[in-house]
Amino acid sequence: MTDATLGAAAPRQAPSAAEARLKKRHRAERLFKAQGIAAIVIAMIFLVVLVGRIVSQGYSTFETHTLSVPVYLNPDRIDTSDLSGVNYDYIVAEAVMKKLGLQDDDYGTISSKVQDLVSRDFGFQLLNKLKADQKLIGQTITVTGPLKADADLYFKGEIKRSTAEDDRKLDNQQLDWLDKLKKDGAITSGFNLGFFTHSDSTEPEQAGVLGAVIGSAMMLLITALIAVPVGVLAAVYLEEFAPKNRWTDIIEVNINNLAAVPSIVYGLLGLALFINWLNVPRGSPLVGGLVLALMALPTVIIATRSALKAVPPSIREAALGVGASKTQTVFHHVLPLAMPGVMTGAILSLAHALGETAPLLMIGMVSFVPGVPEGLTGAATVLPVQVFIWENASERAFHERTAAAIIVLLVFMIVMNAAAVILRRRFERRW
Amino acid sequence: MTSILNPLASPLLQGHAMTVQSPDDSSRASVISTAPTSAPSPAEPKIKARGVKVFYGEKQALFDVDLDVPGKSVTAFIGPSGCGKSTFLRCINRMNDTIPSARVEGSIQIDGADVNAKSVDPVVLRSRVGMVFQKPNPFPKTIFENVAYGPRIHGLATGKAELEAIVESSLKKAGLWNEVADRLHQPGTGLSGGQQQRLVIARAIAVSPEVILMDEPCSALDPIATAKIEELIDELRSQFCIVIVTHSMAQAARVSQRTAFFHLGKLVESGPTEEMFTNPRDSRTQDYITGRFG
Repeated sequence: MTDATLGAAAPRQAPSAAEARLKKRHRAERLFKAQGIAAIVIAMIFLVVLVGRIVSQGYSTFETHTLSVPVYLNPDRIDTSDLSGVNYDYIVAEAVMKKLGLQDDDYGTISSKVQDLVSRDFGFQLLNKLKADQKLIGQTITVTGPLKADADLYFKGEIKRSTAEDDRKLDNQQLDWLDKLKKDGAITSGFNLGFFTHSDSTEPEQAGVLGAVIGSAMMLLITALIAVPVGVLAAVYLEEFAPKNRWTDIIEVNINNLAAVPSIVYGLLGLALFINWLNVPRGSPLVGGLVLALMALPTVIIATRSALKAVPPSIREAALGVGASKTQTVFHHVLPLAMPGVMTGAILSLAHALGETAPLLMIGMVSFVPGVPEGLTGAATVLPVQVFIWENASERAFHERTAAAIIVLLVFMIVMNAAAVILRRRFERRW
Repeated sequence: MTSILNPLASPLLQGHAMTVQSPDDSSRASVISTAPTSAPSPAEPKIKARGVKVFYGEKQALFDVDLDVPGKSVTAFIGPSGCGKSTFLRCINRMNDTIPSARVEGSIQIDGADVNAKSVDPVVLRSRVGMVFQKPNPFPKTIFENVAYGPRIHGLATGKAELEAIVESSLKKAGLWNEVADRLHQPGTGLSGGQQQRLVIARAIAVSPEVILMDEPCSALDPIATAKIEELIDELRSQFCIVIVTHSMAQAARVSQRTAFFHLGKLVESGPTEEMFTNPRDSRTQDYITGRFG
């Protein structure tokens, strides 16, 4: 039969014409392949530029310079009846001056210039130490702490001697002192652990992401606890139980539309609904989580429905055939089979919620929060908002931290997406 | 291979009073009775269908089917694609309920009780009327779990030991025990097609149904697996009322004692298989079994 067909086809078209047509088809195929490769290459270039720029700006934050000096706790300068009122910064400045072999002048210019190099963290450390043990007064203790951000930037090469003296924050004298301290081994560089153990601060060298990370985690927890169960159950009902009529059609269309509503609109909704009407504290992880849950719901519902649709009907028939009820069929067989898809959809929508900034601005989350949120109703900030706040700050050192916070946010997201992949694999293996 | 299964050579079930209607052909006797010959107990048929009509939305798929299916025997439904044989089969355990647009009229009685009565819970009905589908559809769970699922949800076993006993006896009845005894806790989906279909039969048997409906159980299997399933059906007919939908007339001839021929949503003819294949009363049956259409 094949021979006959070939035989019949041969005289219909000249061999050369057939060959030309075949060549054209191959050419179209090669062209399509080349276009695909070009698209991917362009996308990769953008990705590399994006990640490269963020990393090159932000990686320096993870290195920091610390200073160790012996501090003489001069009893003349410490009023034991009012420990909090003591000028610790001056005591620290004295210690540094001693280390450098300097004498303060009558106007205190030297000491104030020295204070510009050392973080106020030293002062807080001394206060805490004395509060714990007043017997330290009169002794000399070694204190280690961060340099001021500008001094740190000098060692990182951000502030250069080649810049005109008036155009930089530190003058030549200060740079000389820094070089001397470094040569003496008093200044050492190391990993910036403080960036992960501190919350936001007005002093860049003391600002960290801890508060924002914990705020993000709390908010995501609320979002997950609300959006995932509600979304999955709504999808199960709509897909497996609800009658197919005009009302369910309207609901379906509306859910699809809600998924495309700009996120700032959800912020307005949250402002009106949760803050003004239900009196949820503004700027708290609770209200943020509620707003993001509203935003994530349509995506969770759509992902769950398509995962349920992908479960072969033969499984439903099998379960119904042995006498399982509708609910048993869904919860024993259909939903477990749809679980990988449900998980992926849920985690991706949560990852999307994690990076969301606009609706949070509407509900008062954009504020300076110098600490870890006090519970679900306390004031909180979250990673993307922290990025936004730091980006708007004037100090140069905050810009470096902006990029570092973005890196933390991206790592957070990569971890979540990896979790989605791992969960998916695990569930698929089980079934 | 099939000679041992040839039901044409095996004694046929005693003739029941059988009503056949062929609505388009009124010249033909509308009721044909095959007088009970040497039947010791021409008991009530297991399944008794009267005037069954099925609609899918506006479209009528089944027209006034009257059919009696005897217990403890195999009844085959044959007919060309789309003739309504599967639709009718799915009326017996109310699987058509799951299709929103489907509507069933008329009465189907099992042991004298109407399956469509309001008081009948389809969940209970389906535990009495098991079903095996065209494509093997084991749950994506272990072999053990596949068989144990039905008894578990119906509360048929009080303890683990009892459940294990049910699983073992069901697998033995389905002729699968020797092949899977050492891998009960491996996924049922890892078995071959024929084994999967026997696993599904074991799953149906496990809830001790009275009727087993089989919707083209061999259409996705190779000839050797088909032979095994047919052998199994032959063994099971001493315990269950089996109704099998099949495309293969040879299969109907091999496994069934009675055959019903459907065409264009109507039951054309039904009767003892041997009679039907050797001496069909309706010309359409004649044409179909001789391969003139279908």
